[in-house]
Amino acid sequence: MPLKTVQAPLPGVFYRNPAPDQPAYKVVGDLVVVGDTIGLIEVMKTFTAVVAEEAGKIVAFHLENDDAVMAGEPLYDIETR
Amino acid sequence: MAISKLFIANRGEIAVRIIRAAHELGIRTVQAVSAADRCMLAARMAGEFVEIGKAHASKSYLNKEAVVAAAVASGADAVHPGYGFLSENADFAEMVERAGMVFVGPKPETIRAMGDKATARVMAMRAGVPTVPGSEGRVETAVAALNAANDIGYPVMIKAAAGGGGRGIRVANTAEELEMLIPQAGAEALAAFGDGGLYLERFVGRARHVEVQILGDGTRAVHLFERECSLQRRRQKVWEEAPAACLTPDVRDALCASAVRLAESVNYRGAGTLEYLYDGTLGKFFFIEMNTRIQVEHPVTEMTTGVDLVRSMLRIAGGAPLALHQSEIRQRGHAIEVRINAEDPARNFAPAPGTVASLTVPGGMGVRFDTMLYTGYTVPPFYDSLLGKLIVWDDDRPSAVRRLLGALSELSIDGLTTTQTLHQALALDDEVNAGAFHTRWLEDWLDANPAIASAA
Repeated sequence: MPLKTVQAPLPGVFYRNPAPDQPAYKVVGDLVVVGDTIGLIEVMKTFTAVVAEEAGKIVAFHLENDDAVMAGEPLYDIETR
Repeated sequence: MAISKLFIANRGEIAVRIIRAAHELGIRTVQAVSAADRCMLAARMAGEFVEIGKAHASKSYLNKEAVVAAAVASGADAVHPGYGFLSENADFAEMVERAGMVFVGPKPETIRAMGDKATARVMAMRAGVPTVPGSEGRVETAVAALNAANDIGYPVMIKAAAGGGGRGIRVANTAEELEMLIPQAGAEALAAFGDGGLYLERFVGRARHVEVQILGDGTRAVHLFERECSLQRRRQKVWEEAPAACLTPDVRDALCASAVRLAESVNYRGAGTLEYLYDGTLGKFFFIEMNTRIQVEHPVTEMTTGVDLVRSMLRIAGGAPLALHQSEIRQRGHAIEVRINAEDPARNFAPAPGTVASLTVPGGMGVRFDTMLYTGYTVPPFYDSLLGKLIVWDDDRPSAVRRLLGALSELSIDGLTTTQTLHQALALDDEVNAGAFHTRWLEDWLDANPAIASAA
């Protein structure tokens, strides 16, 4: 099973939860399909969804909720089928 | 007691503006910076700077405890909150005072009263200031909202009591829509502002946004005339002017007098702005909300009155009574400010952070560029997109628009995509030149001219 590291498409702040009082979009071990929302990146008060481009199983997150991220920095690892 | 050392709890162009005013008054400065802002212009200009937390604003510029602790440790005797961030946070103002420092702004209880938009409406009504027809204070239940809306008439705006800056506003055209939107709006207000309180106002479609600048010393207040900020996108102002060319002298006098009345009725201290909607067909103005801080667009008032608002704030905070009497304040000529944002007009104003490869700043008589930029500066992605404000002044409005066009053609910010092209297109537009616009005008214009904003 190939392992892929997905990088941040934009610089900003990475959110794993849709809102502070709601659970994370995805946690380690979750299976995702293409188009699933993995998190949000906030750039200058504008939110952009980070959407899965490949299906598979999430095996690790490199960032926590609310962490600053630079474009190209690793976001999460996915095991593709 | 006059301030001797000022802590600036903000960033960007307003931090630069505050540092300039402080230094002119012989006040030493300490600049707060986040981990991402160590290279910003204000940090270079201030006497010293101190890192208060991580890049994300919630961990730095919005972290009350961290800001107060850093200010105390720096030996500052006053804190200037700028605009946004903690500037209208009454708890923060109280913490600053309890730590033995001066908060450059109104008293915490004034911020609390006027910051709650529903309470502010009631205060305005008591001072005899006209308000947009709406609910009497907050609407606590969906039933109360439906009843209030029946009296007000549809469409109604649902607004967050703790909101501001154009955020937390929804429009309901029918009772069904209102019933559906109320829980949603309440949850959103709670998440965004920590307070789910809502109130209703009649939706005014073709109004103009006018606002009055005031200064108070806790006893007496004066106005510095009005500004017009009708050119907005998503309720964010993009182009502001002084005076509001749409007002007759009689309406202007009544408007400004109402602002002084409201400010004095709450013993206002410092600089503040009262925002109104103006219905040109009726010739009537309605109070909507008060901002208890310095505003982004304050320079157009400075250019037309010759009064330095930030310096005035610092003097008042230092305990000095108002130096000005109303009869000494005159409005002269016409000023326009345009906001240069790191946004791409061709891509629906998507944020566009980046690095300044080179910078050419316009100049000449009546031209002012308040900015955080310098060559080589990298605009961080964590904060709002305002890079600078280009302000022009001239004898009258047509001359000011011409001067603006010249200044825009001189301004060159290589390496960043900005809203400069939007303003060039606006300054050439016939309706803008005629002053024929309202608060929805710009969005309609952008829909009708999808390419123009980026093609100028």
